Amino acid sequence: MNNKAYPGADDITRVELKNGITVLCRSNFNSPSIVLRGNLPAGSLFDTEEKLGLADFTASMLMRGTEKNDFQSIYDALESVGASFNFDANTHTIGFGGRALSEDLPLLMEMLSEGLRKPTFPTEHIERLRAQHIAGLAMRDQDTRDMAELVFDEILYHDHPYRHTGDGTAETIGSITRDDLVDFHQKHYGPRNMVVAVVGAIEADDAVKQVEAILGDWQNPEQPPKPTVGDMPPLEEQTRRHHPIAGKSQTDLMMGFLGPKRLDDDYMAASLGNSILGRFGLMGRIGDSVREKSGLAYYAYSSVSAGQGPGAWYISAGVNPANVEKAIDLITKELEFFIKDGVTEEELKDNKSNYIGSLPLSLESNGGVAGALLNIERYDLGLDYYRQYPDRVRAVTCEDILAVARKYIKTERLAIATAGA
Amino acid sequence: MTQKFTKTTLTNGLTVLLKEIHSAPLISSWVWYRVGSRNEVPGKTGISHWVEHMQFKGTPKFPANVLDKAISREGGVWNAFTYLDFTTYYETMPADKIDLALQLESDRMQNSLFEPEEVASERTVVISEREGNENSPMFKLSEATQAAAFRIHPYHHKVIGDMADLKSMTRDDLYEHYKAYYAPNNAVMAIAGDFDTEKMLERIKELFGGIPAAPAPRQLSRPETEPSGELSLTVEGTGDTTYVQACYHFPAATDPDFFPLTVLDTLLAGASSLNMFGGGISNKTSRLYRALVESELTVGMSGGAQATIDPYLYSIVMVIHPEKTPAEALAALDAEIARVQDEKISEEEVTRAVKQAKALFAYGSESITNQGFWMGYTEMFADYEWFENYLDNLAAVTPEDVQRVAKKYFQKKARVVGTYLPVNEENINE
Repeated sequence: MNNKAYPGADDITRVELKNGITVLCRSNFNSPSIVLRGNLPAGSLFDTEEKLGLADFTASMLMRGTEKNDFQSIYDALESVGASFNFDANTHTIGFGGRALSEDLPLLMEMLSEGLRKPTFPTEHIERLRAQHIAGLAMRDQDTRDMAELVFDEILYHDHPYRHTGDGTAETIGSITRDDLVDFHQKHYGPRNMVVAVVGAIEADDAVKQVEAILGDWQNPEQPPKPTVGDMPPLEEQTRRHHPIAGKSQTDLMMGFLGPKRLDDDYMAASLGNSILGRFGLMGRIGDSVREKSGLAYYAYSSVSAGQGPGAWYISAGVNPANVEKAIDLITKELEFFIKDGVTEEELKDNKSNYIGSLPLSLESNGGVAGALLNIERYDLGLDYYRQYPDRVRAVTCEDILAVARKYIKTERLAIATAGA
Repeated sequence: MTQKFTKTTLTNGLTVLLKEIHSAPLISSWVWYRVGSRNEVPGKTGISHWVEHMQFKGTPKFPANVLDKAISREGGVWNAFTYLDFTTYYETMPADKIDLALQLESDRMQNSLFEPEEVASERTVVISEREGNENSPMFKLSEATQAAAFRIHPYHHKVIGDMADLKSMTRDDLYEHYKAYYAPNNAVMAIAGDFDTEKMLERIKELFGGIPAAPAPRQLSRPETEPSGELSLTVEGTGDTTYVQACYHFPAATDPDFFPLTVLDTLLAGASSLNMFGGGISNKTSRLYRALVESELTVGMSGGAQATIDPYLYSIVMVIHPEKTPAEALAALDAEIARVQDEKISEEEVTRAVKQAKALFAYGSESITNQGFWMGYTEMFADYEWFENYLDNLAAVTPEDVQRVAKKYFQKKARVVGTYLPVNEENINE
């Protein structure tokens, strides 16, 4: 495919507003719909130990009532035209996103502006959401996959801020007051470092004008600088923990180690190496060993999760409780083989071809392009990143992958979490 | 953007639907077989789904492990789904690579090996898939309500099948099922994307035209009898959360009542999406959300129907508020049902449902894969015209229709109410 068809400097409009908001837009008139997405740095890194879950609770309150509209009228306006819009909290940022028929973009813009600038935090909705949230935590406690992941993060990130999920606990959610929510919003929400992406059936200038009209005059002198997180050393020794949940037919297993940050030079090598290890085809070498050859699991795959801070490189599998040790052994053997012999030229060639060939599919929808634009902005990748992407993929060598494998994978220092019967 | 659509049938009975879409250099190819859990008898429940798994385990031309690598290498994605009425396989590829997918599908329509050792290792994979499902309280509950709703019809069991059958079925059972149902005259091909229709049709004829038709597969005829009273059941398990699922018997997708029921569903539980890829919208202004979640009887609520060949179910799931009881939530549900039966809805509510459906179609149309999905999916229980006329049929619904179907289908005597009750560990161990 011609690289020109991917988003690039000549068809992405990028404008920085005076108050610090960056607007990105790419037009697409193939479908009559539009996507609005973005984020601002008010995520759960700002939570205190006593009030874990506060960032998430705050974000979930933004559409429960604003100065102009109550909860039902907000959702009536959206749902009546088949539109959607919501806010959610992540570790570094709160995200927002929605879509609509392009004629209804002004409605999404209004939801964004009203939610960010004029939420009223009605008491009745605080209590309703609190109950929903605590019930959600009780359901999560019964989910072997969620709990394995939670325990894995606690082991891997033992004294790093990333050890928390951002969801909080029944106790911390129970202790959050209306004042906490109002205060968190006042202190942390502001236009600085906010990013808005608009993709769909609209001219870029028009989109930028609409964002400027609703958010151009927003100011918050109290807004803190973007939070950063430090690096951390790998585990000193292998650490394993089991989280018992009664009455479960399947145990979830998660094992892994620290991985690269998104902006590290060896990120692409780690990503391609991981693809060979636990993704390519039917879940790579690990899928081949644990699922195809041994029939131990319906899913067994690996993943590199790389962001602004230290990333996690992990393997995840769901197995019968009787097969947990066998699965851990098989996976450990694959890891040992991976750091001993690395990958073959043929494997690397196939995976490069997969990365380059699958780009058009990942960028076919408005949502896919909006995600790409936000990725470019978050990591300052350059507007031509997706056009240069094939060359970046091609540049990785087998030696690069062997080096990255030996740098990060230490089987004697694995974090191993299991949850189930 | 012009979208050329063609539907044709080859001499061996293979139905082919082609839709040219030139918005991205992609093609999505789908092969649908008219076989699913609807075609399964006790002793062989889950066989259609297991056969689907075996379709990834190789032919002489494309051995296991070569297939998936070949598709991935070209930057494609592929997958398969087995459901009540169908089994389907798709590949979405860069447009210039689609021929590989076509070769593969033509090959595995007739040449899959089902080698005994592959059957053995896949048996434990499917069992593991079922064990993963069993971890979920809602799986346990819906399995019980579905079984209670259908005593006779094979919609009785879950698509994954019963554990007893997964342990006992043989390689020959699987192979026989494959040979009975995998034939061009029992299949539909649906291809959407960046191609030239004439050239594509030529290539399909080359690859699929020579596959012989098979005798029409035997169809089970076990229609469910009229329900004769409300059924209630309880499933006990771990956790702290109580779930209630209320299921009403619903008509087939081709029944004229399906469209008024779709409007009614939108009103009660929010707009349901026909998209497999492309998602839906929230349901916070729906009547049941307001009556249940906003009034703090439940912490969550969803509802929806399926488009099926035979009459299936409309299902409402309620996650009960920790301080409330299932009986309180059910009473509120009944009050809302009574309201749509007693009071005519407004014309505006129909218009709103149509606008919502229109938006959901626009989102779904962004994905070439979803466009391929739509064409084949509707052929399984109706035909592509059903899909093309969907919005018009919704718009033609009157408030009288909605009231009539509310009275006809939402009767207590025609429902099953299942409750998942959490019990603490000490009780379970007793």
